[in-house]
Amino acid sequence: MKEITISPLTRLEGHGKIEIFLNDSGNVDKAYLVIDELRGFENFCRGRPSEDMPQITQRICGVCPTAHHTASVKALDSLYDVKPTHTARLIRELMYNLFMVEDHALHFYILAGPDIIVGPKAPKEERNVVGIIKKVGIETASYIIKTRKSVRDMMQYIGGKTVHPVFGLPGGVAKALKPEDKEKLQELAKAAKEFSIKTLETFKNVVLKNKDIFDLFMNEAYRHETYYMGLVNSKNQDEFYDGPIRVVDPKGNEYAKFPVEEYEKHLAEHVEPWTFVRFTYLRNVGWKGFVDGKDSGIISVAPLARLNVSDSMATPLADHAFGEFYDTVGEKPAHYTLMNHWARVIEILYAAERIEEIVKNEELYGKNIRNIPEKVNEKRTGYGVVEAPRGTLIHKYVTDERGIMKDLDLIVATQNNAARMSLSIERAAKYFIKGDQVEEGLLNMVEMAYRAYDPCLACATHELTGMHIFDLNIRNNKGEIIKTSVIGN
Amino acid sequence: MNDNFEPKIVAIFCYWCTTQAAELAGTSRMTYAPNVKIVKTMCTGRVDPQFILWAFRNGADGVIVSGCHPPSDCHYEDGNFKWFRKYVLLSKTLEQAGIDPKRLRQEWISASEADKLKKVITEFTEEIRALGPLKHPIREGGD
Amino acid sequence: MGKPKVGFYWFASCGGCEESQVDIADKLIDVVNAVDIAIWPVALDFKDSDLEKLEDGELVACFLNGAITNSEHRKIAELFRKKSKYVIAYGACSYMGGIPGLEVSKDKESLIERVYLKGDIVVNPDKVVPVQEFKEDGVRIEIPEIYERPYSLDEVIDVDFYVPGCPPTPNVFLDAVNTLLSGKIPEKGYVFGSRKSLCNECPLNKTKPEKVLVKEFKRPHEVILDPEKCYLAQGVICLGPVTRGGCDALCIKGGMPCTGCFGPLEGIKDYGAKAISYIASILDSKDLDEIRKTLEKIPDPLGTFYRYSLPRSLFYQKSVGDKK
Repeated sequence: MKEITISPLTRLEGHGKIEIFLNDSGNVDKAYLVIDELRGFENFCRGRPSEDMPQITQRICGVCPTAHHTASVKALDSLYDVKPTHTARLIRELMYNLFMVEDHALHFYILAGPDIIVGPKAPKEERNVVGIIKKVGIETASYIIKTRKSVRDMMQYIGGKTVHPVFGLPGGVAKALKPEDKEKLQELAKAAKEFSIKTLETFKNVVLKNKDIFDLFMNEAYRHETYYMGLVNSKNQDEFYDGPIRVVDPKGNEYAKFPVEEYEKHLAEHVEPWTFVRFTYLRNVGWKGFVDGKDSGIISVAPLARLNVSDSMATPLADHAFGEFYDTVGEKPAHYTLMNHWARVIEILYAAERIEEIVKNEELYGKNIRNIPEKVNEKRTGYGVVEAPRGTLIHKYVTDERGIMKDLDLIVATQNNAARMSLSIERAAKYFIKGDQVEEGLLNMVEMAYRAYDPCLACATHELTGMHIFDLNIRNNKGEIIKTSVIGN
Repeated sequence: MNDNFEPKIVAIFCYWCTTQAAELAGTSRMTYAPNVKIVKTMCTGRVDPQFILWAFRNGADGVIVSGCHPPSDCHYEDGNFKWFRKYVLLSKTLEQAGIDPKRLRQEWISASEADKLKKVITEFTEEIRALGPLKHPIREGGD
Repeated sequence: MGKPKVGFYWFASCGGCEESQVDIADKLIDVVNAVDIAIWPVALDFKDSDLEKLEDGELVACFLNGAITNSEHRKIAELFRKKSKYVIAYGACSYMGGIPGLEVSKDKESLIERVYLKGDIVVNPDKVVPVQEFKEDGVRIEIPEIYERPYSLDEVIDVDFYVPGCPPTPNVFLDAVNTLLSGKIPEKGYVFGSRKSLCNECPLNKTKPEKVLVKEFKRPHEVILDPEKCYLAQGVICLGPVTRGGCDALCIKGGMPCTGCFGPLEGIKDYGAKAISYIASILDSKDLDEIRKTLEKIPDPLGTFYRYSLPRSLFYQKSVGDKK
């Protein structure tokens, strides 16, 4: 067995890695996605007041803190049996959609962008943010930076801070908006909508109009037929903030739909000895190993999955883009992993349209921002769920009668994708790496399989050791590393 | 339990009450366990939680802080209350950090209570002996 | 003479510090123009050997964020120390240990049990747990050993300056960069941010009473705070008076009290101890039973007062050289 290490950086031990093992013919035998840090969130939440959880759990991840913060505060609502006021709910949804816009945009332009905008086979020196600026020009680059900044500045105004906001309290939020804020918010909504339309255009120009890249997106190497999971509203439309969890099977039929309180009946976690992440799967289908298909309980979450579980989108432009997407791909559910990038951009549009709707609502500017909770519910348990940019995120809290934490369970987006990610990496590796031929461009093809999921390894092990620099190792049959690459998270 | 273990106790006494009791115990030729190092402060109100942590860090197995009886004996009016509030919070913090809160003892001993002082020191020394030496990362940082 | 070379790097980090650096947004272009960013893994490719190839002291400054949680982190930190003139600990985790520092329980076995055997939805009949070395069919995968607790950066290497905050605000980051570029290097151990406590820049400072006396502490979800009046005076715990300023009171403006992420003021060794003293001093009670009862309303003093600084506290902090 040969092992290839894809890593331009040999900093193995401290961070994650992908280990690819070649057999004697030089073809890929097995691939492993190894996450090698664990921090023990389950331990140190004990004894902490539950109202501190929104601020503490969000330190799992500084890129998507708003997702944890919101899931957490919803778990508190549930724990205390208290509903947020209508104004508070609108504020939370506004904050959340602003966050989806800027986070999805960050991934598209900075993290995945180099592959798509500069090109997957471009030399490594150009496949980064500097290469993007060169390709799109400094004016466009400034426009992107500026727009993202105005979105984040508004998040700071509403939520206190952009990184690690403070707005969440059970029954509502900490800060009210003022009627005078309406003008600025409407301006921002307009700018965000324009930005999202332009981003969708950029995607179409760069991918759909480029045969090589489009073919890559539709390549068998990147296709898996798994179950898909995401939140939906009452009309089975893609929903970020709240709703039942819907699962469809590889043929698109509804397999299950359940409120977050029933997640333990439907989801289970599988453990492997070579990684710290726990792999989520559908309990009643069962764990059949790293295989796809209807009999395997492996699920997928995040933009592609969310579109796959939806019958339509709740806002007009996004809905039109939704139709266009499925017409082009030619199947629903769309099983092509790289189509996550397109789905992501459609979601930016949806989020921007939602922002436009919310800021028109007069109640957003109301003074009644909180219902004071009375006491912890009888079961002393609270459940909260949101769709993080990277997928379904669940927080479950168990407390004593004073609301002091006794235990928690976190089901995070990237662990929901971890099994499918492993499949994707192995399939891409087997497809592209043959007979010991391991050029750099080929390695990048494997990395693209991973990047499409926009994984957040910080969240994946709910460890506070955060962002990873990820090594990709290919090893020969002596276990020696013959090629190595790095993937920044 | 290590039979040869001699607990190291740091005692922080306020000048106006407990230190006087210690002087009295001395002139009365009272004997009590020699394990105690006494640190004098004008008032327990001055006692910073950092003092207690330094003591544990640098070898103390137990710390005892004693001042004037509330409500009205404190020479500075309410210094003893200020200390007591810190003590309540610190005690819970020690417990959360993995240090047995019994290792920090809080007393009110007036100038004339030399007997009480002797009793308390002896009792506390034995309590700490039974608990054993302090085993906690706080010791690894000692300077 | 070429532009000064700088480096950015992270250890056990949530990524928030990187986000805060990028959040200087348009000013980022000015920074990028003024320096030669030799190392920046979030945006540019990087190998260990890149760092090893540098001359000792070739980097003028490196900004390192995140806590140290394993030996690989330590190795890289030591390398950066060798290759840099100035090492700057960036953010609460590298300055004080940060929120990950709350995980000080030495009981790793029970953690493994809790996560992989007793997890709420874990299905694991064969009792599989992650192992340091996995071997099967010619496959060999290693997972590193983790240190028993997170360490702040200055527990493993000599640190020159600190940029506080969780995360540091863009203005504090810019201040650090501009100060270094100006050549007016501060004294060793300097912490950026304000010399004064947060109260000085808080918009509610004018409403803070001359003598703050609180009869009862309330947990923030039990009250609706008046956003125009000092939160401390309204009975919630705000750590502004013992916390270094420089963040522009963002949390206060967001409707919530300060939780102390910028760390202590000058010369304070143990942040939590000072916070305890401060809360004790404002409690308005001279009755022992009443004091006990009132303080029971602070159910988690460790998490409240040492939230960001437990590794740097007197409970744990080792000086450089003690750490094995």
